[in-house]
Amino acid sequence: MTKLADPAALAAWQAALAAADGHDRPTLTVCGGTGCRVYGSERVCAALQQESDRRGADLAVKVTGCHGFCERGPLVVSHPERQMYTRVKPEDAREVVAAVLDGRPVADRLRYPDPQTGLPIQHEQDVPFYRHQHRLVLDLNGTLDPLSLDDYVAAGGYAALAKALTALTPAAVIAEVKAAGLRGRGGAGFPTGAKWEACRRQPGDVKYLICNADEGDPGAYMDRSIMEGNPHRVLEGLLIGAYAIGARQGFVYIRNEYPLAVKHLRAAIAQAEARGLLGENILGTGFSFHLSVRLGSGAFVCGEETALMASIEGRVGEPRPRPPYPAEAGLWGKPTNINNVKSWAAVPLIIANGAAWYAALGTPTSKGTLIFSVVGKINNTGLVEVPLGISLRQLIFDIGGGIPNGKQFKAAQIGGPSGGCIPAEHLDTPIDYESLSALGAIVGSGGLVVADEDTCMVDFARYFMQFTQEESCGKCVPCRVGTKAMLATLERICAGQGRPGDVEYLLELGETIKRSSLCGLGQTAPNPVLSTLRHFRAEYDAHILHQTCPAKVCKGLITYQVRPEKCTGCMVCLRNCAVGAIHGAKQQPHTIDPAVCTRCGMCQSVCKFDAVAVN
Amino acid sequence: MIQLTIDDRRVTVAEGRTLLEACREHGFPVPTLCYHPALKPYGGCRLCVVEVAQPPPPGDARPRPARLAAACTYPCEPGLVVRTNSEAVQRSRRLTAELLLAGAYQSPEMWALAKSLGVEQVRFQLPEADNCVVCGLCVRACQEIVGVSAISLIKRGMAKQVSPPFEIASAACLGCGTCVLICPTGVLRLEDVSGYRSAHAAGAAEAREYCQTCSELDLEPHFVAAPEALLAAAREGTGL
Ligand SMILES: Cc1cc2nc3c(=O)[nH]c(=O)nc-3n(C[C@H](O)[C@H](O)[C@H](O)COP(=O)(O)O)c2cc1C
Ligand code: SF4
Ligand code: FES
Repeated sequence: MTKLADPAALAAWQAALAAADGHDRPTLTVCGGTGCRVYGSERVCAALQQESDRRGADLAVKVTGCHGFCERGPLVVSHPERQMYTRVKPEDAREVVAAVLDGRPVADRLRYPDPQTGLPIQHEQDVPFYRHQHRLVLDLNGTLDPLSLDDYVAAGGYAALAKALTALTPAAVIAEVKAAGLRGRGGAGFPTGAKWEACRRQPGDVKYLICNADEGDPGAYMDRSIMEGNPHRVLEGLLIGAYAIGARQGFVYIRNEYPLAVKHLRAAIAQAEARGLLGENILGTGFSFHLSVRLGSGAFVCGEETALMASIEGRVGEPRPRPPYPAEAGLWGKPTNINNVKSWAAVPLIIANGAAWYAALGTPTSKGTLIFSVVGKINNTGLVEVPLGISLRQLIFDIGGGIPNGKQFKAAQIGGPSGGCIPAEHLDTPIDYESLSALGAIVGSGGLVVADEDTCMVDFARYFMQFTQEESCGKCVPCRVGTKAMLATLERICAGQGRPGDVEYLLELGETIKRSSLCGLGQTAPNPVLSTLRHFRAEYDAHILHQTCPAKVCKGLITYQVRPEKCTGCMVCLRNCAVGAIHGAKQQPHTIDPAVCTRCGMCQSVCKFDAVAVN
Repeated sequence: MIQLTIDDRRVTVAEGRTLLEACREHGFPVPTLCYHPALKPYGGCRLCVVEVAQPPPPGDARPRPARLAAACTYPCEPGLVVRTNSEAVQRSRRLTAELLLAGAYQSPEMWALAKSLGVEQVRFQLPEADNCVVCGLCVRACQEIVGVSAISLIKRGMAKQVSPPFEIASAACLGCGTCVLICPTGVLRLEDVSGYRSAHAAGAAEAREYCQTCSELDLEPHFVAAPEALLAAAREGTGL
């Protein structure tokens, strides 16, 4: 494979790919995202390929990155029609291939039913989950073969790099990123262009770039999906950034638990190097940039930029105080620019389409799109990309399909364990940096956990507190001991041993930990507790002052009781109770001994007569 | 030279100083625990927090919001506005000292320090309190003064502790006792400080100034004198 001698060679290659035979032949894309793989998409892909071969058809079957609608996986989409098949099993291969080749209808079970009408939806773009999204960064995730540089180039890949190298000065690239209003997608939302400029201004020839792919928020997997599904876009963003900042060496810091992303990234690096898109004298322009992959072992705190740099340097992954900021003294003391995967991936789009195009989406202070991983008590879990400024209601109800089982929405935790929760009365709040922080939440890196009416907000806060407490690096006292004190207090409250004054103690701890901790982990760790205290104070009071858990979740505050009028004495619960807490004779109403009962809920789940109540 | 404002007074300090150095040089008391003048600043205990505000940008007279920062690690910058003893600073130090006591409530030294900051009660105690406050002084002294790194901080979060590599007696230890001398919780039982608990449980009940394990490991030829003079002076300086 020869290196591309100049930008014209890249353009010629792209034109050749577009003109090549078969580039528009019918194609089936099978989602190869982690969710769909778990559901068996690899076997589905093999079966589709086999069926296509058996019929001697000219049908391309390819595995792509995550399509996002993980809830309905394994997902298969036909191109160019974009017919969507959901929950496909290997046995369905014959039916799907027949549908594509012969236009035969498929059984409804392979279609996504419209949540309103129940009628099967044929086309991907008509599915509400996709219809309300605005996919910029994830646009190619469902169509590219992530292991094919051809695919990326055919889709216009690396044209933005060529444009930057030939038509723009480094200062002009930075001006473009600034004008686009891009803000860091790794959590803090710092303006990306300003950060690049600060690093560029630093004296010295040696500067480093880092792509932060540590993605430690529980339940978040958008960075992973981008790297698995479209690794070249991240590379292209880094290359443009390197040109703008004046860096010759970059690192992708990625957690070792993401083997597929690591594999795709490494493959992309090798391909780009082979074609002269990475390495020395890129596209014959004299610009050089090298990129290496560094594996992290999955500590949440290693996503914090100073800890991450320590880890790359081979030291313990522990944060250090800032200033100096990485732009002044980062990796090995040299000026360093660090951005999140999503921030890097947005850069080629901005350069290719112009700042105005990007800034047309969003609000005055929050431009472009955000990617959320939506999980919890919501119908459509998955990855969604939406313009900043849409309301939480649109995100949860239009795209997320609302709350399952007819339950009520209660709150959404935005921004992962560093974020805060937003209650139902603020559902119409626009999702942008300022509005969320006014409510005590953050945009963060895009984790969204939905809670319904059956969620206890004290327990919810306790869960996040437990996460951050366990992930504290232990270097500074407010975070190491303070989060433990908060967690212990929450555990007491959930166990029914809350005391008057606990809320005040939590508030005092929360404020001090936020203000005095060394790094962002401690500085944000109390947010879930503080925001639930702000919006759901009554639930805390119920636990502490009235010894009740309104959502009937906290084990120390509930009892299981048999409703004698409904109990038929069938003995099923009695036989299933692991601790022998249930007594009673056949065909006589049973009783549960609260002193023995561990509140596991088994009796309630096995009772066919709805005779077990929680109080 | 750099000009900044500390507690409404304009002061001038040399380039490259930290806020803590500036405060001490100009007579503003700031409590510390994990700081030691002979060691690189660490920023772990957070007792030295002060309020720091950036200077307002040119043409804008409004003061910038102040945030808490550890004085021991914060570099002096021109125009900074620093408060060493505001209500917010005191509240933060008080609660941090109380949290320090959570793991060291049997230490009279820690109580004295906490009381001086206004702590009267400890609302939270760690069940496994062992009087180590994980300030890292012993580890850093071993590395930066003695130069051997016989001990380090291992593990994360609440599990973080001082230990020789692989939790077995370190052949690198000179037995100089620097770690013992520098320990601020005053628990002079060497076995609790440098992680040789099992090695010491049998033999040494009383406090020792050198490490029995290491001397048994036949390291005597390399013994160096503990830099006691330095440590004594340093102890004066830190007020511990
Ligand atoms: C505890 C903690 C964990 C973090 N984890 C991540 C992470 O997993 N990925 C990430 O991009 N940024 C993470 N950050 C933010 C980084 O420190 C840094 O701000 C970010 O990578 C900058 O990139 P951006 O400007 O593109 O957002 C974390 C911060 C903290 C305090
Ligand atoms: S805030 Fe927490 S994670 Fe950050 S340095 Fe302090 S102890 Fe470590
Ligand atoms: S003395 Fe500054 S943080 Fe400990």
